[in-house]
Amino acid sequence: MDFKNSAELLSLCEENEIPISEVMKMREMTEGGLSEILLRQKMKRVIDIMERGTHEPLVSPQKSIGGLIGGEAKRAAEFARESTPICGTTLSKALAYSMAVLEVNATMGLIVAAPTAGSSGVVPGALIAVKEEYHLSEECLEKGLINASAIGYLLMRNASVSGAEAGCQAEVGAASAMAAAALVEMLGGTVQMSLEAASIAISNLLGLVCDPIAGLVEAPCQSRNAIGVSNAFTCAQLALSGVRHPIPFDEMAESMYKVGRSIPYELRETAMGGNAGTPTGCSLCSK
Amino acid sequence: MDYIGIFDAIGPNMIGPSSSHTAGAVSMALLARKLFGRPIQKVTFTLYGSFAMTYKGHGTDKALLGGTLGFATDDERIRDAFAIAEQRGILYEFIIDGKTQTEHPNTADIVMESADGYIQSVRGESTGGGKVKIVRINNIDVEFTGEYSTLIVRQTDKPGIVAHITQCLANQDVNIAFMRLFREDKGAAAYTVVESDEKIPESVLDEMKSNPNVHELMLIEV
Repeated sequence: MDFKNSAELLSLCEENEIPISEVMKMREMTEGGLSEILLRQKMKRVIDIMERGTHEPLVSPQKSIGGLIGGEAKRAAEFARESTPICGTTLSKALAYSMAVLEVNATMGLIVAAPTAGSSGVVPGALIAVKEEYHLSEECLEKGLINASAIGYLLMRNASVSGAEAGCQAEVGAASAMAAAALVEMLGGTVQMSLEAASIAISNLLGLVCDPIAGLVEAPCQSRNAIGVSNAFTCAQLALSGVRHPIPFDEMAESMYKVGRSIPYELRETAMGGNAGTPTGCSLCSK
Repeated sequence: MDYIGIFDAIGPNMIGPSSSHTAGAVSMALLARKLFGRPIQKVTFTLYGSFAMTYKGHGTDKALLGGTLGFATDDERIRDAFAIAEQRGILYEFIIDGKTQTEHPNTADIVMESADGYIQSVRGESTGGGKVKIVRINNIDVEFTGEYSTLIVRQTDKPGIVAHITQCLANQDVNIAFMRLFREDKGAAAYTVVESDEKIPESVLDEMKSNPNVHELMLIEV
């Protein structure tokens, strides 16, 4: 069972009356040659790393090796607990979790690239917060992650997930689309709704540049992961309510890639433009 | 096109912060360690290009040393690589060369030495997304990724050696995926790099060594 675009994925889901996660899982077994037992084992390890990464910095924050971040996730989580946060409890939790993972990454901790290290907070942040707040099972989280990997695979295959090639829209944008589609499946939406959510997510972050201060995966990467989460929540909710995107997913993927290629060199992970190119960004760079 | 599966999109599991500057650095040093194939007493790293510019903020130094110590890209001991190297009595040195132009911006030379004075130099490139290439061994340009089972033969460039190598592999039923010959000068030292989809059995090595023009065999198992 294989597919190379979302149109093929959709028809496989419809023909067999199964969700995206199930098609992706069967593809992994037939095309990737992975047994179900090994798949479960690997998934357990992924969830383990994600659980630790989303929670540990909330208890024991650390300064990043580049010195630009450290402690933001704990601060965001505490503020949300002690006030009535305008983002609501679930999203507030997801924001803190996503920022926590970026802190782990920036302190040489263990993360799961999803799809990249720089965007590694979005998927676990969004999915684990929703799992906790909605009291969903680990199996449901697993399905969400596999659903996310299907969207990630399509973007890796048909577009790009490299900031150096296509900007932050290809990293945080891709991660946000993955999380949006996964949330829809976890919350009982249809296959079509998952794809709508992913399309809107890509569309919303289209053109986002990659401008890491001093070339480090710290700032603005950490707060970009937070926006990736908020965008995923927004798009999942819109799709679940029946809102549709006029452009199909496969065309959005192609468009994201084309936009990425037309982003100037200075704004594709070279630390020359955007945040990195400001006078303050430059002075932090020479430190 | 290479297969992209669940754990390529949700993965790899890695020590941050950067797939190219951290995970890739671990992988290239790990390959250099496998190529060296004996206890390491001293290691010297020379960092070029983007590695030289941003190694500190990406932990490239700890990553290179971690790979030298045999740690995989998801090993949490990488963060403590300096202390662990000292505990194990391994000497290490970093040379930051921001001037020399290399073909790829993320390049490092890794020179390993054993207690009995054996020295081997390996140049690696981190080509993105954690993928790496070994592009030089002891001043001879080579090219392989270590993604396949790889056999590297150091030989004298003489007629019949390549036939000998392929015969030994055929005798053990090893199917060659890629094979290339690299040499410095005619009749001088040369390397044959053989990549295979399946495991290359160690028993191949004994037969291959029987030829006096075969000097060194290095086997990288996936």
